[in-house]
Amino acid sequence: MMADVLNRSVAERTLSRQFAEQERREPSSARAAAFARFAAAGLPSRRVEAWHYTDLLASMADAAPILPAPTRADVEAARSRLAGRERFAAGPQVVLLGGRLMAELSEPLPTGVSIVEGPAETYAVDDPLAALNEALSPPGCTISVAPGAKLAEPITVVHLTNGAPYHSVYSRTAIALDVEAQASFVEIFDGAHAGVQRHAATIMTLADGARVTHVAVVGDEPGLHIETQICEVAETAKLAAFGLVSGGELTRRQIFVRMAGNEAKLSLGGLALIDGARRADTTLQVVHAAPAGTSREFYRAIVGDDAVGVFQGKIIVEKAAQKTDGAMKSQAILLSPRAQMNEKPELEIFADDVVCGHGATVASLDPEQVFYLQSRGIPNNDAKAMLLEAFGAESIDRIEDKLLVDPLRDRLAAWLRTRK
Amino acid sequence: MTVNSARRTRVGDRRMLEIKNLSVSIEDKRILDNLSLTVNAGEVAAIMGPNGSGKSTLAYVLAGKPAYQVISGDILLDGDNLLELEPNERALKGLFLAFQYPTEIPGVAAMTFLKAALNAQRRARGDNDLTTPDFMRRVREGAQALKIDQEMLRRPLNVGFSGGEKKRFEVLQMALLAPRVGVLDETDSGLDIDALRVVAEGVNALRDPKRAFVVITHYQRLLDYIRPDVVHVMARGRIVATGGPELALELERDGYRDYAEEAA
Repeated sequence: MMADVLNRSVAERTLSRQFAEQERREPSSARAAAFARFAAAGLPSRRVEAWHYTDLLASMADAAPILPAPTRADVEAARSRLAGRERFAAGPQVVLLGGRLMAELSEPLPTGVSIVEGPAETYAVDDPLAALNEALSPPGCTISVAPGAKLAEPITVVHLTNGAPYHSVYSRTAIALDVEAQASFVEIFDGAHAGVQRHAATIMTLADGARVTHVAVVGDEPGLHIETQICEVAETAKLAAFGLVSGGELTRRQIFVRMAGNEAKLSLGGLALIDGARRADTTLQVVHAAPAGTSREFYRAIVGDDAVGVFQGKIIVEKAAQKTDGAMKSQAILLSPRAQMNEKPELEIFADDVVCGHGATVASLDPEQVFYLQSRGIPNNDAKAMLLEAFGAESIDRIEDKLLVDPLRDRLAAWLRTRK
Repeated sequence: MTVNSARRTRVGDRRMLEIKNLSVSIEDKRILDNLSLTVNAGEVAAIMGPNGSGKSTLAYVLAGKPAYQVISGDILLDGDNLLELEPNERALKGLFLAFQYPTEIPGVAAMTFLKAALNAQRRARGDNDLTTPDFMRRVREGAQALKIDQEMLRRPLNVGFSGGEKKRFEVLQMALLAPRVGVLDETDSGLDIDALRVVAEGVNALRDPKRAFVVITHYQRLLDYIRPDVVHVMARGRIVATGGPELALELERDGYRDYAEEAA
């Protein structure tokens, strides 16, 4: 069966060969099972509903060679790269190079936090790229926060790759909060160029009463960025996750959340800044599986030039999830007549006592607003930048951890400056 | 560019704003029809007219709003042709439009906007940006006079402002930007009598021999508080009568019917 499916494209054949080589070196039944799930589906084309606007089968000409384990020289290059980059936020850094935890480049974590290498398991997610990540990623790491621990500063996970001209890099990062623990995390994807195909997965597990703020920042320039978040939120726990995308030729952020416990709370948000010929896709699937959960999704996109944005949000309310309160909103501003935004919000509700809604808008900058600002002496370009900054900042400002708001706003302002 | 450019050489020439034979259409419908009007330095000129006479169009065309098509004519401010300038360049030359319906801009705090506007003006003159304490002091003083509380200035620009708050904020902007010509478009609409008084006092405080005002209004009421030097009647896209303040009282008594017919 596998052979049939994988005859479909060059990239799929390469992936199959890469997996076989890995199996010869270090066989694993779990990874073999994951690859079988990928192989059964293959790379998704536009016929797969969840991938309708991001046809990987067509756009992935081939799968780039997988980055081997870093050499001494790679580690030293990463060290100097780290020294030269400005920190996104205060707090300790955990460094992954080519998807592998670099203890010697990472900083001590506060009391109550531990980090171990090893594969992270998740509940089953029906997605071929999630399966591919599980099959091909190095073991990655799990960051655990002890019961009741409350971290004062965010922990930043820096994903680095090396300078090889054409490669793919897989990573798998797990974040687990025990009962009543509270922490913020930032994941920064850094240093990739157009020859990089990145497959990142983050698994977040929140035990009862835990609270997590998570911010992902995609600001470098990979040719392909596929990021899968798989999250589970237990009773009264609260997850707030935000993603900023301002680079990459083709980015796909796919976020799967299972609201597993009563009164779980979720706040998802994001801002996509897309120009040139970039494509950026954000796809959500939120499953309310327990009663009285609350979910809020608020996404914004600024799309210029020939860029294409995608937002798909599916909220599923299972029969048991009575009293669910869900609201999803996605808004985009198009800056050029060629820019595109595809929005597809969906609700699937099987419980009868719920409040759920969604809204999506796509618009241009309001000429009345531009004129008002200009009539006060503000030049046209500055007026537009002010309005775009305001539009973007409204998504950022919803983040409760204020330590993370300013650096995100700085990135938005920097992106707007590059467009002037 | 200088804001207070005085190109005039003739001594005693007080002409500040000159509109000459201006014809304007929007979506192929002619709104202004060969309109001419001169406003002198130090003058408050009222423009009164029935609904649909083109008063607001005149205000927008002065400020440079896109979508209006200027078919012919000139608008000179201190001798320079405004029609060649972008809205922001007109503002820097000293034109200020107090909007009838100030635009709501979510996400931009009123204070942030004020600072951007003031600094844009200063940069165009080659001055440094205002320091924060200096800026705050100016705003505080201006806001006090207009009974604008500081909390309002932290809100997003015009969002959730009452009708009176919006108009007071327009006048605050005008006070801070200190224009050559202030154009007030139906500033009395939506104001109760107390708010009207505050706004009018704000405008009166800015009266100056080196500044002019064009006060556009449908009703005479505003002119009880902002006393005009001259009253123009506008109908069918042109000025059809000009007189002293008594003309406003006549219009209040007799309505616009005579002028509408005369223009027809």
